[in-house]
Amino acid sequence: MKNTSYLCAQNVTVGYGARAVVENIALSLRRGCITTLIGANGSGKSTILKSFARQLPLLDGEITLGGRLLGRYTAAELARKTAMVMTGRIHTELMTCGEVVATGRYPYTGRMGFLSALDKENVRQALDMVQAKELADIPFEDVSDGQRQRVMLARAICQEPELLILDEPTSFLDIRHKLELLSILEELVRQKNLAVFMSLHELDLAQKISDTVICIKDGRVDRVGAPEEVLEASYIAKLYGIDKGSYHAQLGFLELEGVNGKPEVFVIGGGGQAIPVYHRLQRQHVAFYAGVIHQNDIEYPVAKALAVKVVSEQAFEPVSAARAQEAWQLLCTCRRVICPAAQFGTGNMENYRLLARAREAGIAVSNS
Amino acid sequence: MQKKYFIRCAAAFILLAVLLLIFFVWSVGAGSVSVPPREIVAILLKRVGDGTAGRIIWDIRLPRILAAVLLGGALAVSGYLLQTFFHNPIAGPFVLGISSGAKLTVALTMIALLERGIAISSAAMMLAAFFGSMIAIGFVLLAANQLGNMSMLVVCGVMIGYICSAVTDFAVTFADDSNIVNLHNWSLGSFSGMNWTHIQMMAAVIFVTMAIVILLSKPIGAYQLGEAYAANMGVNVRLFRAMLLVLSGVLSACVTAFAGPVSFVGIAVPHLARALFHTSRPLALIPACFLGGSVFCLACDLIARTLFAPTELSIGSVTAVFGAPVVICMMVKKRKLG
Repeated sequence: MKNTSYLCAQNVTVGYGARAVVENIALSLRRGCITTLIGANGSGKSTILKSFARQLPLLDGEITLGGRLLGRYTAAELARKTAMVMTGRIHTELMTCGEVVATGRYPYTGRMGFLSALDKENVRQALDMVQAKELADIPFEDVSDGQRQRVMLARAICQEPELLILDEPTSFLDIRHKLELLSILEELVRQKNLAVFMSLHELDLAQKISDTVICIKDGRVDRVGAPEEVLEASYIAKLYGIDKGSYHAQLGFLELEGVNGKPEVFVIGGGGQAIPVYHRLQRQHVAFYAGVIHQNDIEYPVAKALAVKVVSEQAFEPVSAARAQEAWQLLCTCRRVICPAAQFGTGNMENYRLLARAREAGIAVSNS
Repeated sequence: MQKKYFIRCAAAFILLAVLLLIFFVWSVGAGSVSVPPREIVAILLKRVGDGTAGRIIWDIRLPRILAAVLLGGALAVSGYLLQTFFHNPIAGPFVLGISSGAKLTVALTMIALLERGIAISSAAMMLAAFFGSMIAIGFVLLAANQLGNMSMLVVCGVMIGYICSAVTDFAVTFADDSNIVNLHNWSLGSFSGMNWTHIQMMAAVIFVTMAIVILLSKPIGAYQLGEAYAANMGVNVRLFRAMLLVLSGVLSACVTAFAGPVSFVGIAVPHLARALFHTSRPLALIPACFLGGSVFCLACDLIARTLFAPTELSIGSVTAVFGAPVVICMMVKKRKLG
C-alpha cells in the first residue's frame, strides 16, 4: 500500500474562476507519507490544497483519489476519505473542545447527528492521540492556540480520513507547539497510514518532517523531490527571492544580511560561543571580521553569513601558520577584539596566540 | 459533562415552560374584563363560548395569545438562522432590514388591493411579505459581498430598513383615508385583531418550517465551524446557505404579515437562549429559541396591552425596550473579547 500512489494529479490547473493561480500540476501522494508544499506567500499553496480537497473546482486536469476520479465522489463519500485542518482561527461560541472534535463524526452519524457509543469512543481516542484528553470539557474559545490546533487535528482524525490536508497548521504557534504538533502528526501518519498533504512556512520543519517537498513558484510546480535534494541554499534563496540574508540548507536556518563596511571589530571564534556575539554585532550594525574558524565548526555558517570576511581552516586540521598570519593582518586593522572562548585546544592553539598578540599590541580585548 | 449538559437543558426548558404557562394564564385573565384563574380553567376546559368572559377569552384573547406565542417563536428562530448564516450573533430580521422589506411589500399590496375593493387574504399577505423579505435579503447579501464587515453590514441593514419604512410611510400617506387607520396600526406592529383562521394559517406554516429547521440541525452544527469545514464534512454548503435564508425569510415573513414589524426579538432571544442553555448545540437551541421567543413576546404583549390600559402600546416599542439593551450588552461583551 505504501509504495503505490494514493492520490494522483495530472495536468491540474487550480485557481479562482477564470484566474489560474498554479498551472500544470502533476504529483502523486502515497499513504504513510508526508508531502509538503513550500513557496512564498501568495504563491498559491492554499489554492492547491483547497482544490485537492474539492473546495474549489479544478480549472483543468484531473485528480484520482484511491483509484477513482475526485469528481465522482459524493460529498458524503469524500468526507469519509479526506479531512482538513485549515489555517487561521475558527470562532466558536459555547462549544467544548470535545464537541468541536465530535463534529468530525459528521459523515458517520445519522440524520439528526446523534453520536453513538462508537462515535464517542472515536472522539475520546482522537483526543487521546493528540494528547488533549484533558481538554474534552473545556470551552474551545478558552484554550491556547497550540491546544486549538491539536483539537482541530483530533477533529480531522475523528473523520477517519485516508488523506489529511493541512494548510499551514503551525502558523500562530510558538516553536514548542510547532514541534509538538508536527511530532504528533508524524506519529499519526505512521499509525493510521495516512497520506498527508500540507503546506508549511518553516523550511527547517518542512525539511525534517517531509518525505517529499513540492516547491511552488511563479504559478507552477518548480521542483519536486526529497527535502535534501530540493532544499539547497541557493535554490531556497531563489524560491523565496531572498537577497537580504541567507539560508542554511543543512541546518535549515535563516540569517539576515550581514553588515558591510570597514570592520572595526575582530571576533576570535570557534565552538559556537561566538554566535550570540555575531548576532549582536549584526543588530548593532557593526561590521566585523571573524577567525580562525574551522569549516566544520557549528558557528562557521553564521560567521560566513554575517562577517565581512571569515578566516577559516579546513575541517579537522590544526590552524595553520598561514591562516594565523592572515587573521593577524586583519586583526591589526581593527580597534577592538572580542574573544568569547575561554578554552583552547591543540586544534586552535593559533587562536590563543592571536589573542595574546592582540593584548601585547595594546588592542582592546573583551570576551563579549 | 454529558449529564451536566442534559440537566442544564432540562432545567432551562422547564423554566421556560413554567414562564410560558404563567404568562399564558396571566394574559388570559388580564384586561378590561378581569377573569380569575379558576374561571379561566373552567372556560378553557369546557370550551364554553357563552357568557361575556367566555366570548372575550375565546374570540379575542386566546387568538391574540396564540399569535404572540407562535409568531414570537418564529421570529426568534428566524434570527437564529440569520446568525448562523452570517456567523455573527448581531444579525436578525429587524436589524438587517428584512422585516422592513416585508412590511413595505405588504403595505403596497394592501393598498393596491384595498383600492380595488378586494379584502386581502392572509395567504396573499404572507406571499407579499415573503417576497419583500427575499428582496431585502438580496440587498443585504449584495452589501455583505461588498463590505465583509459585520458592523458595517448591520449599519447597512438599518439603512435598508429606514428606506423601506420611509417608502411605506409615503405609501400610507397617499392611501385612501379609510385604509389608513387599519394600515397604520399594522405598520407599528401588534398582535391584536387575530382570528382563528389566522391562527390556523400561521400555525400550519410555522409548524412545517420548524420541522424542516429541526431536520437541518445537523448541518447547522457543522456550519458553526465555518464554511470550509462544513464543506469538508460533506455539507452541500450552497444549498444549505440558501435554505437558511429561505427558512428564515418564511418565518419572519409570517410574523410581518400577521403582526407587522416586531423589533429585536430575533437578536435578543437567541442570545438569551445561549446564555440560559449554555450550549451551541442546534438541537437544543432551536426549540429553546422558539420557546424563548414565545415567552418574550407573550410577556411584551401583556405589557403592551395592560400597562397603560385602555391605551395600547405597539408591540415593537415594548420589545425594543427589553430587546435593545440585550443587544447593546452583547456588543459590549463582544468588543471586550475581541
